[in-house]
Amino acid sequence: MSAPLLQTRRLGVSFGGVHAVREVDFDLAEGELRCLIGPNGAGKSTFFKMLSGQQLPDRGEVFFRGRRISGLAAHQIARLGIGIKTQVPSVFDGLDVLQNLHLAALRAQPSERAARAEAHAVLERVGLAGRGDARVGELAHGQRQWVELGMILASRPALVLLDEPAAGMTHHEVRKTAELIREINRASTVVVVEHDMAFIRMIAGRVTVFNRGEVLAEGSFDDVVSDPRVRDAYLGNKPIHSSNQETDHA
Amino acid sequence: MTHASSLRSWGLAAAGALCVAGVLLAPQVTDTFALLALTVYLVMAMLALSLAFVWGFGGILCFGQAAFFGLGAYAYAIGAINFGPGVAALLLSVAVPAVFAALLGYFMFYGRISDVYLGVITLAVTLILFNLANSTSGSEYRIGEALLGGFNGIPSIPTLTLPGHDSPLEPEGLFRLVGLLLIAAYVGLRLLLRTRFGQVVVAVRENERRAELLGYDARLHKLLAFALGGAIAGLAGCLYANWGAFVNPGVFSLAQSAQIIIWVIVGGRGTLIGPMIGCVGIQWMVTALGGQQTVDTGLVLGVVLAAFVMLIPRGIAPTVMGWFAPRARPVATGQERVR
Repeated sequence: MSAPLLQTRRLGVSFGGVHAVREVDFDLAEGELRCLIGPNGAGKSTFFKMLSGQQLPDRGEVFFRGRRISGLAAHQIARLGIGIKTQVPSVFDGLDVLQNLHLAALRAQPSERAARAEAHAVLERVGLAGRGDARVGELAHGQRQWVELGMILASRPALVLLDEPAAGMTHHEVRKTAELIREINRASTVVVVEHDMAFIRMIAGRVTVFNRGEVLAEGSFDDVVSDPRVRDAYLGNKPIHSSNQETDHA
Repeated sequence: MTHASSLRSWGLAAAGALCVAGVLLAPQVTDTFALLALTVYLVMAMLALSLAFVWGFGGILCFGQAAFFGLGAYAYAIGAINFGPGVAALLLSVAVPAVFAALLGYFMFYGRISDVYLGVITLAVTLILFNLANSTSGSEYRIGEALLGGFNGIPSIPTLTLPGHDSPLEPEGLFRLVGLLLIAAYVGLRLLLRTRFGQVVVAVRENERRAELLGYDARLHKLLAFALGGAIAGLAGCLYANWGAFVNPGVFSLAQSAQIIIWVIVGGRGTLIGPMIGCVGIQWMVTALGGQQTVDTGLVLGVVLAAFVMLIPRGIAPTVMGWFAPRARPVATGQERVR
């Protein structure tokens, strides 16, 4: 087995007396599509912030391709090839869609010209062709999410962290987002944080369950949802089903 | 599209050529008095340009652009008195404020000071310099040959002598130099904004966190933009010292700092041309009002600012551009959100 792409060892951070993330050991292999699930406040987003350098850990370490990256600044981590989609879409609202994609493509492309071509190509791939000169701040919520996904595609990271990529989307948009994520996964390793079980089933990766700042369980979707501890912690007593109505709340 | 953009480039080139011709020919058709007034308008327009870049494109609300202007003026005066009014004194007047801006910027940006405090700090630094310069009267306050002169400032600053010339610049020559440097600074900034560096500066203004998550060093880009703004303001200060052959602590005053902000607000944030128009328009108005005694000039300035903030919040240039091309977007369109 090859060395993991990403590895955390006893990673943790506390805010006041609250252990947002306790001591997480997490291994991710190259090419994987991993889902992180867990109830609100389980520490998933904080965990992501520590991986991407937005939050300094109190303890423990993060290794990317064997190199220790905990303690590096956010832009240094990004340069190593880690792209992140934040929970609230983080885009350049005042610029148009193409400018957003162009700025991301500049990171991976050798020249302005190549970056421009890449930005146009990504525009097609995220299904926003024809909206290239629309100001991102004026787009609908779902489209802004796609712009952000497009920026991640265009910057060609080795590892992609997606924090609730389908939040607040309509059912149709959720489907398209799942397709996009599988497409991103062809070139990059992907970790997705999601609440939506239907969505998790749709993208069908290995699942890690967080609870109270710790890893509670890990395995395939079916293994995890049938685990009684997971049911207790995360799902309450509700039966798990992935009917489409559940996602149709936008 | 390529056709349209090449047409646009030609249009811009033609406008640029007209400006250069205007600058070169104006001294032949105006009297010296009007020429001196025009010169100081253009000097201040360069100061407005520096903040137009720093605030409008860098998103850095700097209340202390006057600090760099004043440092440039003082640096030129001290340099010119000590080692002659040559290119060295000119370069000193650009380098001193640029380095000062870089140091100040280092502490602000790398210390992650948020925007509001940034405004407070830059204003406070300007007022500290004002008090410092004011308290340097007496013969013990001298740098080399140059007496700092406290409240009275430094009089009789030698006027710039260009390389290859024996005598200092006449008012006509100074006007041409100021005009050409202003055009060069404007065109230079326009071109800079098209480079990768310029695009990232705008991206950082729009969303610092996202820029960092893409791998751009937001702090470094802000620092460099800030230092560049300081350098341009310093150059304007140097030209100002040449214009009046005189500099006093007034260059660091609260009124001076506030005026620059007003020029940018009136002219339009997020454009380079707007603040220059705002600057010239307001200076012209102030001069015109100075000739009468009925209304107080400060009061009128206040009314103009209030009217613009309430009625034309985007400022002159973006509003006018909006009339002619409702669909067109200027290079930067994030003016609504001050950050």
